[in-house]
Amino acid sequence: MIELDAVSKRHGAALAVDALSLTVPAGAITVLLGPSGCGKSTTLRMINRLIAPSSGTIRLEGRDTAQIDPIALRRSIGYVIQDAGLFPHWSVAKNIAAVPTLLGWDKTRIDSRVAELLRLVDLDADQFAGKRPNLLSGGQAQRVGVARALAADPKLLLMDEPFGALDPITRRDLQAALRRIQRETGKTIVLVTHDIEEAVLLGNHIAVLRAGRLVQHGTPLELLEHPADAFVRDFFGGAALGLRRLSLLPAAARARPGEAPGEPLRPDASLRDALEAMLARGCDRVAIGGAGVVAISDLLS
Amino acid sequence: MKPARKLVLAFAIGGALALLPGFLSLAPNRLATGAGVTIFACAPIGAVAIGVALAMLAFSAVRSRSWLTLTAGVALLVALPLAAGAGAATLLHHAPPAARAELGAGFWLLSCIAILACLDASAALALNALASLAVAATLAAIIALIAWTGRLDALSLAHEFATHRAAFWAAFARHVLLVVLTLAGACAAGIPLGILAWRRPGWRPKVFGVLNVVQTLPSIALFGLLMTPLAKLGLSGIGLVPAVVALVLYALMPTVRAIVTGLDNVPAAPLDAAAGLGFSPLQSFVRTRLPLAAPALLAGLRVVVVQAVGLAVVAALIGAGGFGDFVFQGLGQYALDLVLLGALPATALALLADALLTLAAATARRATG
Repeated sequence: MIELDAVSKRHGAALAVDALSLTVPAGAITVLLGPSGCGKSTTLRMINRLIAPSSGTIRLEGRDTAQIDPIALRRSIGYVIQDAGLFPHWSVAKNIAAVPTLLGWDKTRIDSRVAELLRLVDLDADQFAGKRPNLLSGGQAQRVGVARALAADPKLLLMDEPFGALDPITRRDLQAALRRIQRETGKTIVLVTHDIEEAVLLGNHIAVLRAGRLVQHGTPLELLEHPADAFVRDFFGGAALGLRRLSLLPAAARARPGEAPGEPLRPDASLRDALEAMLARGCDRVAIGGAGVVAISDLLS
Repeated sequence: MKPARKLVLAFAIGGALALLPGFLSLAPNRLATGAGVTIFACAPIGAVAIGVALAMLAFSAVRSRSWLTLTAGVALLVALPLAAGAGAATLLHHAPPAARAELGAGFWLLSCIAILACLDASAALALNALASLAVAATLAAIIALIAWTGRLDALSLAHEFATHRAAFWAAFARHVLLVVLTLAGACAAGIPLGILAWRRPGWRPKVFGVLNVVQTLPSIALFGLLMTPLAKLGLSGIGLVPAVVALVLYALMPTVRAIVTGLDNVPAAPLDAAAGLGFSPLQSFVRTRLPLAAPALLAGLRVVVVQAVGLAVVAALIGAGGFGDFVFQGLGQYALDLVLLGALPATALALLADALLTLAAATARRATG
């Protein structure tokens, strides 16, 4: 658990972050969301003390981070940046081994950890371990970036616009991979993005920032259903807000017994998936695998 | 046809014309001015070989056959000294004992054409540094072998080498020593100064201001200026020490500049990652910034070494020795082949250092992705 208590960062006269208080729960993905310049990256970088707060305290599992040696603190926290920032003069395996090497792990332990991590991020060890970063695609490079950040098994992972530089298809793959990795490892993840789709897709919690201040903090559904103000409503897409909300609601929960034409949808389909299927098939109801049928009127309740 | 190929063709034609006036020149003694001799008069077989190589060069330039251009260029560079050696032997056969057969304008022009053709072809073939070096080394080995077998002995240049043999190798050793000491001094003083200027951007105008003034001073003036202060320190104003001091002063500017720009221009993302993952500032510097700056640092080192090889020639003026000794002796006596005996190996040394450090920089660039 991370607690930010009235944290501010001052650049000369300007306040990049203004008395921000926020609690990040353990074992979940918290997204810091906002337009560029809202202070979300600064906030992230204050957590691992790459930037020193001007005032306020940040506590990590109850300990004030100002009291922890910054180098040791950073080694205990994973860090992923936009362009992966792999060390171009090192192989993939050596990149992943960076922090374990700093921590003085022995070679066999490092080797087995590297193999384990390559499996976790879905890269074939034989093919990729010896490769140089310049031979990797953007998506592969960022998978290595995630593996490197997880190498010393930190409880917390900080990600600064990790998928911002990737094409849409690769981005979707990596977002799915991140969700799976988070489920499998139970890491606490703080992810910075300005991409609302990404925030809704990945975040268990979303903190919306504007001009260095926290505007609203809650689950994606809470934010979509009860936006705190016009800024949040506009940021979440105004008219498209209803559709986004549907994408967060599982269709199976509204299903009733019955029959519908066509192939049933997967059991974990959202109401938005159901609506899209109805529009595509030109009918007013659709079957959800193992749960029954959802009709168009069920979307409105 | 590409402009570079047009150039080669133009030079091929110009070179053919250059065969006419003076391939070699025959002088009554080593100090007198010689009279031009055509290649046909002294080395008819060589003339045919060179003619064939030039025809190949022209053909390959027109047809854009770069491998053929390279082959013809190398063949020309082998044929030229062979023809010159044979021609000189023919000329001296009928001449009085003091006569000298010197390399003439025709020989040099044709050599230039051949080198240009090789450079053009290796650029067109996109040869990497290692392959270019291999071609140059092979060529140098062939020419050395030709010289070894005595086929060039009749040339005046070979006479000068023969009479200065012991001095030549001493000059070579001294020249290398001058460059090595300069490099050591430039590193000893330049690396701390460079890192200081890099870490304290506020100091850069002062540091570069002073080094710029040093760089602007003419080399001979700097050698002269150093004499008095060194004498005050109880050191001799002439000889090795002041020469190295001056050469180091000249080397500081490119050294410091290479360090500052090299360290500054490292991409930001790996450095950010290193800091975020918990590298200490020193670990980040040694494991990330320094290796990523290595190509730029080696490129800077190349400038320093090539400049030092050239300036070390001038250092002979204050008694530091090296190849400059032959250059200034030759100038004094108006014995141009003696000047060449100093200038040619100094040039070769500069080219060799340039090639090796280019290769090292290319390797480092590959290693840093």
